[in-house]
Amino acid sequence: MKKSHIFALIVIAIAAGIILSTAGDASTYVSFKEAEELAKDGEAKSIHVVGKLKKDQTGQILGMNYNPVLDANRFEFLLIDNNNREQKVVYGSPKPQDFDKSEQVVVIGQMRGDHFACEKILMKCPSKYQEGKLEVKEATAKQS
Amino acid sequence: MTIGNFGHLSVIISFITALVATFAYFKATNSTKNPTDQTAWKQLGRGAFYVHALAIMSVVGTLFAIIYTHRFDYHYAWDNSSLSLPIQYLVSCFWQDQEGSFLLWMFWQAILGVVLIQMNRAKNPTPTLPALGGSNAGLGLGWEAPLMTVYALVQVFLTSMILGVVIPGLDFKIGSTPFLTLREALPDLPVWQMDPNFVPKDGNGLNPLLQNYWMVIHPPTLFAGFALALVPFAYLMAGLWQKKVTEWIRPALPWALLAAVVLGTGILMGGYWAYETLSFNSYWSWDPVENAVYVPWLVLVAATHTMLVAKKNGTALKTSVILIIAQFVLLLYSTFLARSGVLGNASVHSFTDLGLSGQLLLYLFAFIGVSVFFSARAWKIMPVDAEEVSVYSREFWLFMGATVLCLASFQVIIPTSIPVWNKIVEGFGGVSNLAPPTDAISYYSKFQLWFFAVIITLTGIGQFFWWKRVQRGKMQELLTPLWISLFITALIIAFGNVNKPEYIVLLTTSMFALVANTTIISGILRGNYRLSGGAVTHIGVALMLIGILFSSGYQKVISLNSSGLMISKDESFTKDENKENKENVLLWLNQPTKMSEYLLTYRGPRIEIRDVPNYVPRTWVELIENDFHAVCLQNIEIAGKIYHKKGDTVAVYPENVYFEVEYREPAGRITTLFPRMQLNKQMGTVVSPDIKKEFNKDLYSYISMAKGNPDGEEEWSKTEQFRVAVQDTFFVNDYVAILENVGRVDKIDGVNLSPNDIAVKASIRIFDKEREYVLNPTFAINQDRMVLRKPEVSEELGLRIQFFEIDPKTGQFTFATNSKQRDYIVMKAVEKPLINLLWIGTLVLIVGFTMATVRRFRDFKNMRDKGVV
Repeated sequence: MKKSHIFALIVIAIAAGIILSTAGDASTYVSFKEAEELAKDGEAKSIHVVGKLKKDQTGQILGMNYNPVLDANRFEFLLIDNNNREQKVVYGSPKPQDFDKSEQVVVIGQMRGDHFACEKILMKCPSKYQEGKLEVKEATAKQS
Repeated sequence: MTIGNFGHLSVIISFITALVATFAYFKATNSTKNPTDQTAWKQLGRGAFYVHALAIMSVVGTLFAIIYTHRFDYHYAWDNSSLSLPIQYLVSCFWQDQEGSFLLWMFWQAILGVVLIQMNRAKNPTPTLPALGGSNAGLGLGWEAPLMTVYALVQVFLTSMILGVVIPGLDFKIGSTPFLTLREALPDLPVWQMDPNFVPKDGNGLNPLLQNYWMVIHPPTLFAGFALALVPFAYLMAGLWQKKVTEWIRPALPWALLAAVVLGTGILMGGYWAYETLSFNSYWSWDPVENAVYVPWLVLVAATHTMLVAKKNGTALKTSVILIIAQFVLLLYSTFLARSGVLGNASVHSFTDLGLSGQLLLYLFAFIGVSVFFSARAWKIMPVDAEEVSVYSREFWLFMGATVLCLASFQVIIPTSIPVWNKIVEGFGGVSNLAPPTDAISYYSKFQLWFFAVIITLTGIGQFFWWKRVQRGKMQELLTPLWISLFITALIIAFGNVNKPEYIVLLTTSMFALVANTTIISGILRGNYRLSGGAVTHIGVALMLIGILFSSGYQKVISLNSSGLMISKDESFTKDENKENKENVLLWLNQPTKMSEYLLTYRGPRIEIRDVPNYVPRTWVELIENDFHAVCLQNIEIAGKIYHKKGDTVAVYPENVYFEVEYREPAGRITTLFPRMQLNKQMGTVVSPDIKKEFNKDLYSYISMAKGNPDGEEEWSKTEQFRVAVQDTFFVNDYVAILENVGRVDKIDGVNLSPNDIAVKASIRIFDKEREYVLNPTFAINQDRMVLRKPEVSEELGLRIQFFEIDPKTGQFTFATNSKQRDYIVMKAVEKPLINLLWIGTLVLIVGFTMATVRRFRDFKNMRDKGVV
């Protein structure tokens, strides 16, 4: 066997290792139910859950709790996942700005007892500039 | 003809001329047997490309004119700019959207194309001397024709991206033009029925996050890098096509180096911008779009190394071929990732989908196809090495370095492509729910650290072999730098408290590279600085790694919550994993709070007036809604100088709120920082740090949370009334208050009292936890029994007291109080040690790369002038 073959084998082995480790380290998108099952199985890896905030008819967010005076680093809210399961989520950091405006929320973390302990929140906010909105406003102003 | 039509026409001309240039240069390349034809085709190609370059300039000029003259009847100007922007940011508006950034890329490529034509114009008036004939015919042709065929073909693809032509009947759109009017872009708006000639008064504006000087120069630099990276690829393709399998190296190498330095500078500029502007808390967040450019850059750097030895070594040549193709294809792939919308919300940088993903994908596969075809065809005629390289040769070590660089880039591109992988699986009807690694920074760092520990070691060893300082059986030369670096590292570890094994490894290897490369410069290259580009670059990388190691690995959160106010009923809340999250401090307005060794005081929200050097309190001005002007409510006076009078209208940046925070050091020195919160319409609220720079560390502070909208209406609670006599104690909003006295006064601030008016002032002392406040509401009555009650407001207490009534019979006074949320901020502060090493290392890297580039360009010129092409 030539040296270059050994070298090539080593490189291929490392590359394969990288691909395998990626597959192993990648997180997954799951529902709260699956998250609970994973937590019961003792899985320590963080997972992604996609959901919507619980709102009443008037669009008010329900079940949100943040009191910076008491503790600036604790924020609780209710999230409804795609299977319509409602879940309390606890975020150990200040409430993200614009959280109230978000339509869709992705929480990253694990289930812990009765709540989902969340390390990171990704929010999808409706853009103010969704095509057209602005001029319509201006147009009505022009009419009057 | 409208300006938009002119722009669109220029786009079409640029597309057609690029096509003509490609075809003409192709014919010129293939008509070697007929010199007259060849010259004619070449001249046509050249002419077409010059017209093409002019057309591109015209497109760029037209689009900029539309933005500059605020033509909001055009979608691009309306969508990306606004009246409020100063000139430098109007320039940035140009490339905020996809079409503009494509244009930027084409712009550089057009300029470079002209440069390349000029450089490769054969000095020899008769390019194909009959004497050369035969197998040398290819050589006689020179580089221009085949090179520019490939080059112009890329321009064809790029210009088609902004063509904006819909093929009739097929409903298939080629490209997206930036010259659409608002009505063409958004035809469904109801406004058109009422007023077909409607023109908005102002535009959406530039994303305020991009209103930063780095964002004026970062995109042009990055795209210049993109454009430059094409040059070695085009030389390679031309070389493979013309069977000049090794000759392409010499002209391509300086361009590859130049591309590496410009692309690298562009990437690092982006990192510096992120450090200054985003609270991601880092200069590099391993965002998919960042990764997508980092990967081709690493591959390009690897290619520059293998190209150095490719003339003598067949393996290195083949590797160079693969790497030059890979870096170009990866750049196209990064364009696809950033612009196809496939990353979705995974990245802050990604553009929205313009429906061009198909087109991008087509180009990606087209170039992969062309590259594979030419390489496969030329593979057999590439030289084969007679024997394997020795472990004691410079080739071996360069090759090792390039390999590890490629593995490092491979490690990054695989997880970055997870969204693409999901899409592929979905495309075949499967379900893949893979998500990118949760904590990108620690995930990528833990791999990249080891790769770079190896790479940086190889730079030291490689340089010693390169300059033949060591060879088989004579390795002791390497021992000196080894001992020196081990000694220095040991000292740093002992005194600097470096304790994690991986950090010790990275520190040791970086230190070794630093010492070894310095030895080379001072020992071998003494007085010959032209040759030391490589060693200088390596020193830069070593410094950067040490800077990254300390500033990221040993960054220290100093804003630990020590208030003891963490009472929470939830059991799990007290568990350890939340402990780490206790890294924010709550600062009440004007209440000094201790943080680490500093005493912090939050002084209130501030605003930036465009022609005033300091930030001023937001209460000094009143913002005009939906405008970038404000009216001064008082004189704008700073350090005795009056900038504006009360009532003046001033230009401001209304979306930026600066929170003044005073840092008092134990020695008494006071530094004021202004972390920023931006009420960004496009992206929601964005916070930016303010950085206190010291020579050995940065103190990085940013707002985690602030009380509502600083310009919003104050929400006061319902009025409460208190009837009290002098010296009575009462409770207002949970504070103990004492009415100390009530006395007559002659004047009240801001009120004109006539001699017959009666005015009294109450003095109420209020006790907070640590401090006392005295509020003085006043009450005045005139002859007509008109009553004036001037309230007193304490922002610190969130309290308003009004002197409501005097009851002369009982001697009791009535006060009306309202309370509101007190003003506060939640802030995080992080110390980043030795971060300056990173920036110094960056500069050294750029200098070193530039030295190497200059050297190789000189070589190329010398050889060309000697007639060797």
